[in-house]
Amino acid sequence: MSTLVLLTLTGLGLGALYFLIASGLALIFGLMDVLNFAHGAFLTVSAYAAWRTAETVGGTGGLALAALFGTATGALLAIVVELVLIRRLYGRPREQILVTVGLSLAVPALVQAVWGADSRPFPVPDALSGTVGVLGAQVPVSRFVLIAAALAVLAAVNLFLSRTRYGLIVRAGVEDRAMVTALGIDVTRAFTLVFAIGGALAGLAGVLGGLYFGSLSPHQGTSLLVFAFVVVVIGGMGSIPGVALSALAVGLVQQYANYYVDGYGDFAVVVLLAAVVLARPAPRLAGGVA
Amino acid sequence: MSTPAGHESPQPILSVRDLRVRIGQSSILQGVGFDVAPTGTTALLGRNGVGKTTTVRAVLGLLPEEGEVTGGTVRLDGEDVTGHRTHTVVRRGVGYVPEDRGVFGSLTVAENLTLAERAGGPHHYDLVHDLFPELKARRAQRAGTLSGGQQQMVALARALLNDNRLVIVDEPTKGLAPRVVTEVAEVLQRAAERVPVLLVEQNLAVVRRLARDAVVLDAGRTVHTGDAAELLADRERTTSLLGVGRHERSERSGQAEERPEEREQREHATKEST
Amino acid sequence: MTASPASPASSAARATAPPSSGERPAPTTGPTGPAARPARRWRGLAAPAAVLAVLALLPYSALEIPVLLDGPVNSPGSLQLLALCLVFGGFALGYDLMFGRTGLLSFGHALYVAGGAYGTQLAMTELGLGLFPAIGLALAGGTAAAVLLGAVSLRGLALGGIGFAMVTLAFAQAGSIWVQRNPGGLTGGEEGLPLHTGGVPDALVGVQNTANVYWLALAYLALTAAVVWTAVSLPVGRVWQGIRDNEQRVSVLGYDPFRHKLGVFVLASALGVLGGAMHLLVTAGATPRSSTPEFTLTLLVMVVLGGSGTRWGPLIGGVLFTFLDQRLAVLASSDLVHGLPGILRAPLSEPMVVLGTLFVIAVYAAPGGIASIRRSLTWRRGEETR
Repeated sequence: MSTLVLLTLTGLGLGALYFLIASGLALIFGLMDVLNFAHGAFLTVSAYAAWRTAETVGGTGGLALAALFGTATGALLAIVVELVLIRRLYGRPREQILVTVGLSLAVPALVQAVWGADSRPFPVPDALSGTVGVLGAQVPVSRFVLIAAALAVLAAVNLFLSRTRYGLIVRAGVEDRAMVTALGIDVTRAFTLVFAIGGALAGLAGVLGGLYFGSLSPHQGTSLLVFAFVVVVIGGMGSIPGVALSALAVGLVQQYANYYVDGYGDFAVVVLLAAVVLARPAPRLAGGVA
Repeated sequence: MSTPAGHESPQPILSVRDLRVRIGQSSILQGVGFDVAPTGTTALLGRNGVGKTTTVRAVLGLLPEEGEVTGGTVRLDGEDVTGHRTHTVVRRGVGYVPEDRGVFGSLTVAENLTLAERAGGPHHYDLVHDLFPELKARRAQRAGTLSGGQQQMVALARALLNDNRLVIVDEPTKGLAPRVVTEVAEVLQRAAERVPVLLVEQNLAVVRRLARDAVVLDAGRTVHTGDAAELLADRERTTSLLGVGRHERSERSGQAEERPEEREQREHATKEST
Repeated sequence: MTASPASPASSAARATAPPSSGERPAPTTGPTGPAARPARRWRGLAAPAAVLAVLALLPYSALEIPVLLDGPVNSPGSLQLLALCLVFGGFALGYDLMFGRTGLLSFGHALYVAGGAYGTQLAMTELGLGLFPAIGLALAGGTAAAVLLGAVSLRGLALGGIGFAMVTLAFAQAGSIWVQRNPGGLTGGEEGLPLHTGGVPDALVGVQNTANVYWLALAYLALTAAVVWTAVSLPVGRVWQGIRDNEQRVSVLGYDPFRHKLGVFVLASALGVLGGAMHLLVTAGATPRSSTPEFTLTLLVMVVLGGSGTRWGPLIGGVLFTFLDQRLAVLASSDLVHGLPGILRAPLSEPMVVLGTLFVIAVYAAPGGIASIRRSLTWRRGEETR
């Protein structure tokens, strides 16, 4: 029983991390058809920025500052990438993907050049390094931090989408971008905003990932990104509730399978993906995207 | 033959000259020119696939990725808007109802209208609710769950919500039941009292009822401009220009004909999946 | 697997080809009319034959190329580097069969490359097979896997064009994790596996035999080029091109796009498996790097840099990228770079920083890749500006 509790809470924590990454990916893809391979790079750079901050300041306050700084770094990086690189390739999704692919190769390599290829320990303050007893299981506090952060983000993103004008534009744009412009709306501003939100969430995920794994490395973002993509595909492109549920499922399946099927959690996730893909209706002829 | 209609005022609200458009490798428009008078309804007519929808989309800067304007000018109220981005053209005061209605199915009726509100102008909810009382009752309903006729109402309401200088309506009666066609025609008639309308329409009964001026396209060119009633009275000409003489029955039933060519053209225009 | 019924294919494929060739005019893809066929075919063979001859003679050249190569061309170090470049030229050509020719964006090609390398190695060590039977077994296994996984991945297209990319990525990631886990000590984990020389013919083992390995790599590249270039000039190649340009039109003409896409996926994967075996021989080992998503991404970069959908572009891209990657790594550890101030030293110490940046710039500056630059110089300027 205590194992199951621990596995479940750890799986939820992992799912929370996936949700933070995948929700930004899904929004960006849903609105702009951009498959953002640079998302992992946003995460990695933010994680290192946060790590430097946390090392310098120290303690719980340092971590809070690091979280703030990491999130800001992710947002800023995403805005720059959108304005400088993606914007010029508007209407050419394939080139946009290629540019983000280039970034996904160059940026982690740059991080590696500066801070080395080896993973670094992420400073976890004492207040968060302990465990909490839940139904007989000793669960690390960081899991609860992740779950709480993901729930807060889910609520905030839902509020943004349902209550603000830009949220309305994003929801409409996911459905029919051209028609949004035909109502006189400059949809490119929403692009920048969505990129900024996605970057901020990736940045936050970088910080919390450091907390979850207790370490960070230049290619951590890329490997997390692959699972985030899986989450987006299972959850449905452009649907935040779908992504949340899918992140939950992927995190739990991965943890359970890792324990009960002898370390085969990643395979279980891929099998889950294949099952979902096969369960969907066969490709329709209509070729339109989003 | 191609001289402007006599009762046109000196400054047309929309003026298209020698418009040429290429989509992919094919030239869709090869010289389209016409004026839309500042009052009343101008009908844009022609056989299937002659470029009516492409003309409208080119005016609005809404061509598909592989499409481009290769020549000609579009003036809105005297200002050159050729090749401008869609939202800037629309913000100059254009309401647009696309062929597929463009209603956001996952949004509620109210949200569809809110989205259409343009900054810095009055929003005529009174008018919209007067024209479409049904929409007021269904404001919290998702637009995707509405009937085709109700969705057309939402699309028209979005176009009439703002103070527009021109409203462009592409095939509003297509695929609608006869009763709804009459309703839509009534709405358009009332709308045309307030704002000039450019109407793409296949249903000649609707055209006869609404349009004052008519522009006829054939194979990507303007082949006739003039008085709509005059054109429609001339059976021989209607048949030769529009190829619709034998479809008189379809006017009465109000059902638009299935037009595979245009659908294919539209599908071709949609972006290819990666 | 890739064959389609010949007679209906040719007539309808011809119908698709001319109007859809506009996107990227590829004048070298093959004969366009029956009359021009024999002459064109011979002319088309002249350039590849000349290139093949020059490359085949390189091991006899003691030419010193300072900066570019450390030793003479026929030194083992240089030949090994060149052989690696040739193998990657083949990888890129095979990958472009999907990406440039059919419009399928796969992020899982590494799975088949690593499958070829590890499969061949394991067939030798675990089953005691000789090199060539081991390659054959890996090829058979890889092809079977490609049929199965390709069919699942193509169903991913139901989620929009990007679904296929994501599902292939997930499969490859699973393979990569499996390799790095070192299950049962089979794959050597992070370290990879040194080539099991016991199963390899003596003529391919050891520094003194590098030229033989080089020729084998060249043979792989020549085979890949022959397969790819022939396939795209056949009716089935026209169908692939049709799928790339407008899939609906292809299905309206009565073809099953799914079967053609699966066919091209399996063919490209088989070429990848074969290349993986070559990679094993050239680098004298199987490395987990060849299984990672980054590996596939670099293939994509090579293809785009060279010019996707063109005859020589992917090959040139693969060769050049690999050469730069290897030489930049040497440069990074040189005194020249160590003497630089930190702000320059850091980016130069990782080849991928330079290459990734170069690639991003290339997407803007030369969207058609190296092949398009060459074409715009050869043909009249301004003919193709997109």
